[in-house]
Amino acid sequence: MAVLAHAEAGEIAARLRAISLPGHQDLREPENGLVMLRGRVGGDGAPFNLGEATVSRAAVRLASGEIGFGYTLGRDGQKARLIALCDALVQSPEFGAAVERDVIAPLREQLMIRRKQSAEETAATKVDFYTMVRGEG
Amino acid sequence: MYVAVKGGERAIENAHRLLANARRGDQGVAEVSLDQISEQLGLAVDRVMSEGSLYDRELAALAIKQARGDLIEAIFLVRAFRATLPRFGASEPVDTGAMRVRRRVSATFKDIPGGQILGPTFDYTHRLLDPSLAEGFVPEAPATSEASSAATPRVTDILGRDGLIETSPQAEEGASVGDLTREPLNFPADRDLRLQNLARGDEGFLLAMGYSTQRGYGRNHPFVGEIRFGDVEVEFAAEEVGFAVPLGSIELTECQMVNQFKGSATEAPCFTRGYGLAFGQSERKTMSMALVDRALRARELGEEALAPAQDEEFVLSHSDNVQATGFVEHLKLPHYVDFQSELGLLRKLRKEFAEASAEANAPDAMKEAAE
Amino acid sequence: MTTIAELPPGFVDKVLSAQSTFRSVMDAMARPGAVQRIVPMAGTAGPMMRGMAAIALTLFDHDTPLWLDPRMAESTDVLKWLKFHTGAPVIQDSSIAAFALISDGVLLPDLQRFALGTNEYPDRSTTVIVQVESLDSGPSFELRGPGIDGVATLQASVKPFDLFELLRINETLFPRGIDVVLVADDAVVAIPRTTRVTSLGV
Repeated sequence: MAVLAHAEAGEIAARLRAISLPGHQDLREPENGLVMLRGRVGGDGAPFNLGEATVSRAAVRLASGEIGFGYTLGRDGQKARLIALCDALVQSPEFGAAVERDVIAPLREQLMIRRKQSAEETAATKVDFYTMVRGEG
Repeated sequence: MYVAVKGGERAIENAHRLLANARRGDQGVAEVSLDQISEQLGLAVDRVMSEGSLYDRELAALAIKQARGDLIEAIFLVRAFRATLPRFGASEPVDTGAMRVRRRVSATFKDIPGGQILGPTFDYTHRLLDPSLAEGFVPEAPATSEASSAATPRVTDILGRDGLIETSPQAEEGASVGDLTREPLNFPADRDLRLQNLARGDEGFLLAMGYSTQRGYGRNHPFVGEIRFGDVEVEFAAEEVGFAVPLGSIELTECQMVNQFKGSATEAPCFTRGYGLAFGQSERKTMSMALVDRALRARELGEEALAPAQDEEFVLSHSDNVQATGFVEHLKLPHYVDFQSELGLLRKLRKEFAEASAEANAPDAMKEAAE
Repeated sequence: MTTIAELPPGFVDKVLSAQSTFRSVMDAMARPGAVQRIVPMAGTAGPMMRGMAAIALTLFDHDTPLWLDPRMAESTDVLKWLKFHTGAPVIQDSSIAAFALISDGVLLPDLQRFALGTNEYPDRSTTVIVQVESLDSGPSFELRGPGIDGVATLQASVKPFDLFELLRINETLFPRGIDVVLVADDAVVAIPRTTRVTSLGV
């Protein structure tokens, strides 16, 4: 599900169009709020409160009873609702495999491509102290 | 009195209209978009998020636009906005060790596992104004090279393995995490509250405080153990879900200062630490924060606390730029009645002074007259 | 056992309903003894009256620890409803509760067991919400104190019968003390710590 939090609402919605969705309703209308983000003293010690982040959340129930929760950073209630819908669908024996295949897997692949690109750009700025020593001129 | 208030209302309304026009500037010039602010003035957005204490790039960009680029005003706007939303809870503490690092440097060791990674930095630029940026600048695509899958452990963890550096303080079982947005700050404050205060504190104030320790006011011999910037995953244990749900990732900068060692009859000497953490790419902020965090540990480490940066009440009470600006800027609001009473008092004192000196001079005057 | 899917709903319109309920409770606090009505409707769980449910949806959140009387605490419906709709933590230690929910006054514990605030922060006390039988019939009481022009009268059927006697601890505790909100169906009356109540009998 972490993949969905990293995607845009539009991307999730577009992928979901491949699936003929079952009936569902909002158990919790999308709402915006805050989550206090915590760090740790020294990175690995006791927790402390760093500052808050905006978070949107929703809950969706399928006609067949499965309940999905959607939470995401930001204030995009539609995205929270779509995540909740996917969360509910994943639990359904009928739709679970399709959501994984048509929604989550392609979004995961996109995310990995973006991350790989970023990692390669970062890697190019890594200092190689030995280059000068090794230079055979 | 009421007449003045009514006249004031219209003046205020018109002043705000004028402000809206001044904010927009010459309407022949294209309006700046929130995306432009977020993408091209990203470090201003980072600062507003950190000191506004709210991670939301879009809102911070809006605040900067509304504040005409006055970052303290923007921080004020963000703080006011966050008061309008309910809090769902607190996140799981983020794991900066698992950061997808985009910059990571250490001043203490040349060869660190994972390497020195410069990332997008101003360091080593010549600080010469670049006329090519004035218009239509298209940068060269970033260079790439094969990314290593090697871990990038914290430098302090490496020192920690040999026991050369103090370990981070651990929370007691069931201890609650102090939150100065919920309970007013009391002194002495624990480290969790001090770090929360510093994390939202004014960068300029912390910079000056940190600098003062370097110049000898509470010296603590700092080295940058490590600065890292990158993406960190956030998880939230939602009550009704029953387990931690992923919220997405945020950008964080972390600074670990390694400071002068301490020891005692019973404890072997080891390095001490100061810690800085902030939203976005906020290197100067986290470095200053780490210096001040360390300085504020004087009492705990049995050091003499004589310098301003070591004075917890002084630092923590004056670090918040929204509080500070509120109190300083309120001075320009009408104080007509206060000032009238001061005037009255002053006139009375002057009259008394004049009378007293007249009395004191009177014999002399007579003497002069007699001569 | 209720699953989340079968939970009674919260407010239909969260913002407006919460604002309206807040107004009713604020007016009740500002005018002790005056009966206020709570208009917005929400589902109720277990032994909760609708007024109590609306107050819960309005005032409770992640930052307000709740103490429930034994009857409420043993109702999984109540616990699930509160958790889903408010996110407020339910605690065992009444001395750190922001609110106490009393479904029936006979279950009210010793008031000294709640948070009474401190002299520096008298607001850090437990607000006790008690469900009562009626706020328009029963014995008559006279109320005096801030927010009341002279004397206010209240007819109420409350338990425990000596509730107002018990609240006299507020006289000696001030500025610390306990604020009480009485709920009967959709009616609300507040007895803040500054209000002095005397019984006029039946």
